[in-house]
Amino acid sequence: MGDHITLQVARYLPEKQSESTFDEHEVPCPKDWVVLDGLNYIKDKIDGTLSYRWSCRMGICGSCGMTVNGEPKLTCATFLADYAPGPLRVEPLRNFPVIRDLIVDIGDFMRKLVSVKPFIVRRYEKPLSEGEYLQTPQELDEYKQFSMCINCMLCYAACPIYGLDPKFIGPAAIALAQRYNLDNRDEGAKQRLEVLSEHAGIWGCTFVGECTKVCPKHVDPAGAIQRYKLTAALEEMKTFFMPRGA
Amino acid sequence: MAGTPNYTDYHPRWLRRRVSTYWWLGSWSYFAFVLREASCLFVAWFVVYLLLLVRAVLQGEANYQEFMSWSATPAILRLNVVSFLFLVYHAYTFFDAAPRAMVVHLGKTRGPASLIAGGHYAAWAVASAVIFWVLLRV
Amino acid sequence: MLFSAGGVMSGMLMPALLFLFGIAFPLGWLAPPTHERMAAVLANPIAALTLFALCALSLFHWAHRFRHTLYDGLQIKHLEEVIATICYGGAIVGSAAAAYLLWQVR
Repeated sequence: MGDHITLQVARYLPEKQSESTFDEHEVPCPKDWVVLDGLNYIKDKIDGTLSYRWSCRMGICGSCGMTVNGEPKLTCATFLADYAPGPLRVEPLRNFPVIRDLIVDIGDFMRKLVSVKPFIVRRYEKPLSEGEYLQTPQELDEYKQFSMCINCMLCYAACPIYGLDPKFIGPAAIALAQRYNLDNRDEGAKQRLEVLSEHAGIWGCTFVGECTKVCPKHVDPAGAIQRYKLTAALEEMKTFFMPRGA
Repeated sequence: MAGTPNYTDYHPRWLRRRVSTYWWLGSWSYFAFVLREASCLFVAWFVVYLLLLVRAVLQGEANYQEFMSWSATPAILRLNVVSFLFLVYHAYTFFDAAPRAMVVHLGKTRGPASLIAGGHYAAWAVASAVIFWVLLRV
Repeated sequence: MLFSAGGVMSGMLMPALLFLFGIAFPLGWLAPPTHERMAAVLANPIAALTLFALCALSLFHWAHRFRHTLYDGLQIKHLEEVIATICYGGAIVGSAAAAYLLWQVR
C-alpha cells in the first residue's frame, strides 16, 4: 500500500484531441522519489508518448514547473511520498497555453523579460584599466533576493491577474527588473520605468500575494512589486512637481 | 533572433484554458484575498453612515437622538458589527502589507519589516486613543 | 497614491469610530456624547478637515479597489466604462456631500 502511488497525468495530443484528458498510472514511490521521478518512470516503462520538460532535477533550471494537485510546483522538488497513495493529479502549468501533454508555451514571458532589460545598463562602461565595479556586501543584499529567480514561471501560474489578463507583465519580470534597478552598478532604472509604469505593468498587480507563496527560491516578487509601486509613484510625483529638477 | 517572424502567438492547436469566474473560490488564499478586497465595501458604507450622523447633528438634537435610536435597530446593529470585523481585517491586512512597499534603511542596513508595521499599529493605537478621548470626555 | 492614503486613513480612524458609533453607543456600553458636544467637535476646523479627508480618501480607496475587484472577481471588464463611472462618480458625489455637510456645521 505504502510503496505505490496513483498518478493522474494530463494528456493533450493536439492532432487527436480538442480537450485535455487524464491517464492514470500506478508508479512506485520510494521515499526519495519526486513527482519528476514518477513521470520518468511512466515515460520509461509504461507510456513513452508522455511529454514534459525537465533538466537539472535539482531546482535550479526552472524547467519542470507543473500544477500538482492544483498547486504550481517544481516536480523535481515535490515528494511522491507526501501524497501516497494518491491519486496525485499532474497538469500543465496554469495560465499558459498548452502545446502538448504537460508542456506549455512560455514565449509570452520571454518577450516580457526582454522588455524589462534584465542586464546592467550603463551610460558609459568603465574601461578595464580602471578596474572592477565595487560593491559592498550591503549593496549586494539590496538586490540579492531578487537575483535568485530561476524563471520557473510558478508565480505566473499562481497569479490570478495574469490568468485573467495575459497582458499583465507579471511577477517574475518585475522582480528581475528590480534586481537590476537595485543593483548599484546599474543606471537603467529610468528606461525600465517606462515599460513598468504602463497599465499592464506594475499597476495591474492587486497584491494578491500568491506569487510569493509559490516561489521555490523565496524571491518574494510581491514585495518587489509593491516596493516598486512606491518608487514609481514617487517618480511620477517628482516629474509632476519638478519637471526639470528631478 | 532579430527579424524572426513571430508565428507562434495564435497557434490554433494550442489548448488555451479559460479562467473560471469562480477562480477565487479555488483556494483559501484566493478567498482571503477577495474578502480583503470586499472590505472596501464596508469602508464605503461607514462613510455613508458617518455622513448621515453629521447630517443628523446638523439638523438638531431631536434628529441626533433619532439617529442614535436608528443605529440601535437590529438590522443596522448587525450590519455595523459585520462592518467592524471587515474594517479591522482591512486595517490588519493593510498595515501588514505596508512594510512590503516601504523599505527603511537604518544607516547602511535594512530595517526589519516589523519596524514599519509596528509604526502603523502604533499610529493606529494613538489615533484611536485620540478619538476616544475627544468623544468621551465631557 | 489616493488609494494608499485612503487605505491608511480608513484603517487608522475607522475602527475606533465604528466601534463607538456603530456598536458601543447603540448598545449602551458607553454613554454617547451630547448633541452640543457633537456640534462642538464638528465645528472644530481640524476635526472637520480630518473627517472630510477621511470620507473623501476612503471613498476613493473604495472606488479604486471595488472597480478592480469587479474586473477580476466577476470578469466584467467589458463594462469598464460603466463601472469606472459608477465607482469614481460615486466617490466624487460622496466627497462633495461630505464637503457640503461639514461646511454647514461651522
